[in-house]
Amino acid sequence: MTETMSHMIARVVGHWSRDNQTNAEAILDTYPEVRSAVMPLLYIASLEHNYASEDAIREVAELIGITSVQVQSVASFYTMFKRDGVGDYLVSVCTSIACFLRDADDVLEAVEEATGVASGETTADGSITVEHVECIGACGGAPAVQVNYETIEGLTPEKATGLIKWLVDTKPEVVLADEMQQLFGGQQSFNWGPKESEGAIRPVPAFGPLGSAGVGR
Amino acid sequence: MTDKILTARMDAHPADSHTLDRYLNTGGYEALHKALNDMSTEQIIEEVKASNMRGRGGAGFPMGVKWGFLAQADPRYLVVNCDESEPGTFNDRQLAERDPHQLIEGIAIASYALGVDHAFVYIRGEYPKGARRVQNAIAEATEAGYLGTDIRGSGFDLDVTVHLGGGAYICGEETALLNSLEGRRGEPRLKPPFPAVEGLYAKPTIVNNVESISNVPWIAMNGGAAYAAIGPERSAGTKMLSISGHINKPGNYEIVMGMTWRELIYELGGGIPDGKELKAWIPGGASAPWFVPSDHLDTVVSIDDVASNGSMIGAGAVIVMDETTNVVAAAHRLVRFFAHESCGQCTPCREGTSWLEAVLKRILDGHGRPEDVDLLLDISDNISPGLQWPPAMTTICPLGPSAVSPITSITRWFMPELEAIIAGSEVALV
Repeated sequence: MTETMSHMIARVVGHWSRDNQTNAEAILDTYPEVRSAVMPLLYIASLEHNYASEDAIREVAELIGITSVQVQSVASFYTMFKRDGVGDYLVSVCTSIACFLRDADDVLEAVEEATGVASGETTADGSITVEHVECIGACGGAPAVQVNYETIEGLTPEKATGLIKWLVDTKPEVVLADEMQQLFGGQQSFNWGPKESEGAIRPVPAFGPLGSAGVGR
Repeated sequence: MTDKILTARMDAHPADSHTLDRYLNTGGYEALHKALNDMSTEQIIEEVKASNMRGRGGAGFPMGVKWGFLAQADPRYLVVNCDESEPGTFNDRQLAERDPHQLIEGIAIASYALGVDHAFVYIRGEYPKGARRVQNAIAEATEAGYLGTDIRGSGFDLDVTVHLGGGAYICGEETALLNSLEGRRGEPRLKPPFPAVEGLYAKPTIVNNVESISNVPWIAMNGGAAYAAIGPERSAGTKMLSISGHINKPGNYEIVMGMTWRELIYELGGGIPDGKELKAWIPGGASAPWFVPSDHLDTVVSIDDVASNGSMIGAGAVIVMDETTNVVAAAHRLVRFFAHESCGQCTPCREGTSWLEAVLKRILDGHGRPEDVDLLLDISDNISPGLQWPPAMTTICPLGPSAVSPITSITRWFMPELEAIIAGSEVALV
């Protein structure tokens, strides 16, 4: 007899959180062809493992019914599937042209100094990973930074130093763009509108079907 | 005639322009009602053709003509491209975050016209907020009967799926996007076959940009002729421009094309900070050849005027550089982007972009050689023979040739500065 999808999910990723199992099942059911679920499932697996670890890749392969190598070849193509461990907070400093013209290199330097690690490295306590990234679409609010893919615009080196200190001191469970923008941001690309209560709980983009957190949820 | 089509609601109602309630009480989903009840699918496609709207994603291909190419086999798909990653662009982000229902309504009308019952919105991974807003709007619209089964009693069904990208610029290229959506590496496909014949899952597929689709409700409601009447004939409608860099008022501006670059930079954009002089600007994103004040301030901002002056409007990213800019450093930063984002399929791009980056880095590090100018041009010529615009291609997609634009721009307009920096002169700024 063919195994039902929920049985298969329980067998392969029964150790995942209930939410992540439910979301995985919904994603496997969404696409006309199941292989399309690779990227969303890699994000969910990254929520479980904090990054796209070997276990994460094997789990996604089993859920879809393809080989780990096939999943690995996808994961390795995209910068947002991290194949090495990352800290609780992934600080991504944009250094592409628009941010560069607005002195983003100084912001990166300030972040490196405040964390004590160079771009591409993680602090010894495993709390913060620093990276410099290509354009994140925040050019009107350059220079811009993301923490766990939540955006802060209009930074200065001083404010970036403050941001890092704040992350270290407060260790926010949910990273909220509006909160960081209010504390450390400046010029915005456009009027962001009302504050959001959703944010990131892991160094993975906070997006409903992939698992995100509302404050108090 | 209306000044603003896409940003009117978010300007008037910044607190809640993204909600269904606000959308409905500002005329939202009336165009979908009209389309479902009073228009045939052919009529909708005719109106979009009559609008003369040229795709807003960068290539400028007329949207209605593209729709007309869709093969009539089932299933067919609509894929909305919100993988906005061209350095300098952030207008799709604003449309997704601030007026997601306008996008959803456009998707619903387009899907109805095209015979699609499953549409996808591919949103870049760095836009989780935009993805959340579009997802919430889909939930609201489904609850209210504007998406889902038997929409408003019309018998038309439509599901919309948001798919998050993984941080790869190349997925903005439509066939790379389709590969990515299929769960593969985001490598562009050879064309033909074009997506309209063999796209997602090898089925007929229309790929349209967020800004393009967001215009559809207005066109359905007001007619293609009314849209075509806005602005210059071959740059009809409004266009969102993202202005960044050394400019007093960076941001997104929904404009009617036809003004000059002087007006755009000095009036709309408020001029250059601290009274500095303008040195150069990129009229259409990182891929576009640069404009300079000596030649282009009085050029008209339109798709054709920019093209006839050797560049492009692209997706609408204007990046401004003041007199303090080290143009070699700026070119390096642009080329580095393309080297990082090259998918690696085609040798001229994979190797060429990395070599351009390495040579520019060497020059910036103070180890430039006199022959580096010829070397840069030779590598560029191997990527895009003849160094003309629009670029000749040796590659599957235009990413490689895009990396040539900064090189031809600095050698054309700033050769003395490039040579001085290579010679180690103090002319190096910043």
